Amino acid sequence: MTALPAPTADQIWVWIKAWLVIHTPAPFQALVSIVCIVAAIIVVFASLFALTVLLERKGLGRIQNRYGPNRVGPCGILQPIADAVKSLTKEDIVPRSADHVVHYLAPLVLVAASFLAYAVLPIGRNMTAVNLDAGVLFFFAIGAASELAVFMAGWSSRNKYSLLGAMRAIAQMVSYEVPLILSSIAVVMIAGTLSTSAIVHEQARTTHGIAHWYAFTPWGLAGFILFMIAATAVTNRSPFDLPEGESEIIAGYFIEYSGFKFALFFLAEYLEMFAVSGLGITLFLGGWSSPVSFLAWIPSWIWFFAKLLVLICCFIWVRGTLPRLRMDQLMNFAWKFMLPMTLFVILSAGIWRFLPVTVAGSAALGAVVRWLVCALVVLLPYGTLARTLESGRKIEKREYRFAD
Amino acid sequence: MRTTVPFLILAVLTLAGGVAAMTLRRLVHCALALTVSFAGLAALYLNLGAEFAGLAQLLVYVGAIAILIVFAILLTRGGDDKAEPSFSPAGPAGAVLALAVFAVLAWAVETSGLAHPAAIPAAPPEPMRALGFALMQRYVLPLEVIGLMLTAAMIGAVILALREKRPQTPESPRSAAP
Repeated sequence: MTALPAPTADQIWVWIKAWLVIHTPAPFQALVSIVCIVAAIIVVFASLFALTVLLERKGLGRIQNRYGPNRVGPCGILQPIADAVKSLTKEDIVPRSADHVVHYLAPLVLVAASFLAYAVLPIGRNMTAVNLDAGVLFFFAIGAASELAVFMAGWSSRNKYSLLGAMRAIAQMVSYEVPLILSSIAVVMIAGTLSTSAIVHEQARTTHGIAHWYAFTPWGLAGFILFMIAATAVTNRSPFDLPEGESEIIAGYFIEYSGFKFALFFLAEYLEMFAVSGLGITLFLGGWSSPVSFLAWIPSWIWFFAKLLVLICCFIWVRGTLPRLRMDQLMNFAWKFMLPMTLFVILSAGIWRFLPVTVAGSAALGAVVRWLVCALVVLLPYGTLARTLESGRKIEKREYRFAD
Repeated sequence: MRTTVPFLILAVLTLAGGVAAMTLRRLVHCALALTVSFAGLAALYLNLGAEFAGLAQLLVYVGAIAILIVFAILLTRGGDDKAEPSFSPAGPAGAVLALAVFAVLAWAVETSGLAHPAAIPAAPPEPMRALGFALMQRYVLPLEVIGLMLTAAMIGAVILALREKRPQTPESPRSAAP
């Protein structure tokens, strides 16, 4: 067994796990090691789920000019516990004509797939559950299982609305997975690896005290924005929440689920959101690394969760701000805008890789030239594309025939 | 022993999925069982240390092919009809064919020398990197040809699915709509 790492604040969780493993008898060491990691992931992200639900209800309340939950505990902070008790004690109703086995399995498959994605996320220095050589590929491969789970839920409920919701969800997920994967390809190209921990290590290097985050480069910034838009759509978050569309198909694919199974769908949706945000952080925002070197004393796992919370707050903000898209707008946006833009981001990353670092013997000039060229490669197509897509469309004041 | 127990579990899972895909009565159930079989196969690849093959299998078969099958079932037949499990008179012939294929594969594996551990070449230290270099350097021409073929197939499919523009006639007012 390897020696214990130093119990610094940065490595405290690694140290605790190593201590626990060392103090168990040899035959059970592997088991204890696995259980430690799995339990930690489940506990931490399930509590983050509770926290986020509260944040979201409070935040949406503020945005919509109301209070939000404020009855359970001081300022309503114990609301998640009340929600959990409520969903646990509710009756679990299965429609008589439903396909019972598939109906039962769907939420389980969904939650299991969502949790599996965390296996490759580096949530701190030396804190990757499974350090796979093809970590990014693993993440997307596991994400594929959730599409099937959504279909299982929608089909087995024997309800036209749930089937419509599932169809919408799958069409949307398949369409937006393309820009999601293509925008991460730019990072894989520059980092030269598919391993998530190696990508973070690559970004943790600093020059003049500033980290090499990919979001600090023109292609990385554009890629990050595209990635997060695609992530919003893949996780069915507003403004891309058509699969749930309360006003037209009631609640989409989980309409026939009640009680704890409904809570599982809810949990899986948030887990997917955390996971994909975590991947965005890993790929573009330097994972657990600090942006400037004088802040490097803050433990790495705090950096990761701080970034995650910021992204979650952005998700909540967007949800409270933007209206829902229509199906044709959704598909047009994916195939006519997102897909070409991600291809240009890949082109820009390629140019970034091969442009010389120094021009005429000056590193500063070289950096400026590289920056400008790569930014132009992204910005020019953006302008042209936006103009082309907007041309021929008249935006005028809408007349509401029945509302006046 | 440590490698055979996971292998046995995965092998049973894969075979059970395959058998269920052929014997279940509902078409969607068959598709889901087939997916279990695909996933089991992917796990077998991973168990053998072929990370890329396993994950690509998961991504392509569970993520794309299974969804495609399910969509095809739903869009063509409604997915509701309970077809009787078909024991066609061609069953024995099929069994003979399957056995013949199995025999050929088993013979090929046995004579290739890969069945004996000593003959297996050691994996490169960074398999993903080695695979990438092989695809981009040595096998770049086949890769490009496949890419071109797939693009052509995709464009062909889109053209087939495109609604044909009919000349504007009074009988079809819908096609005249913008």
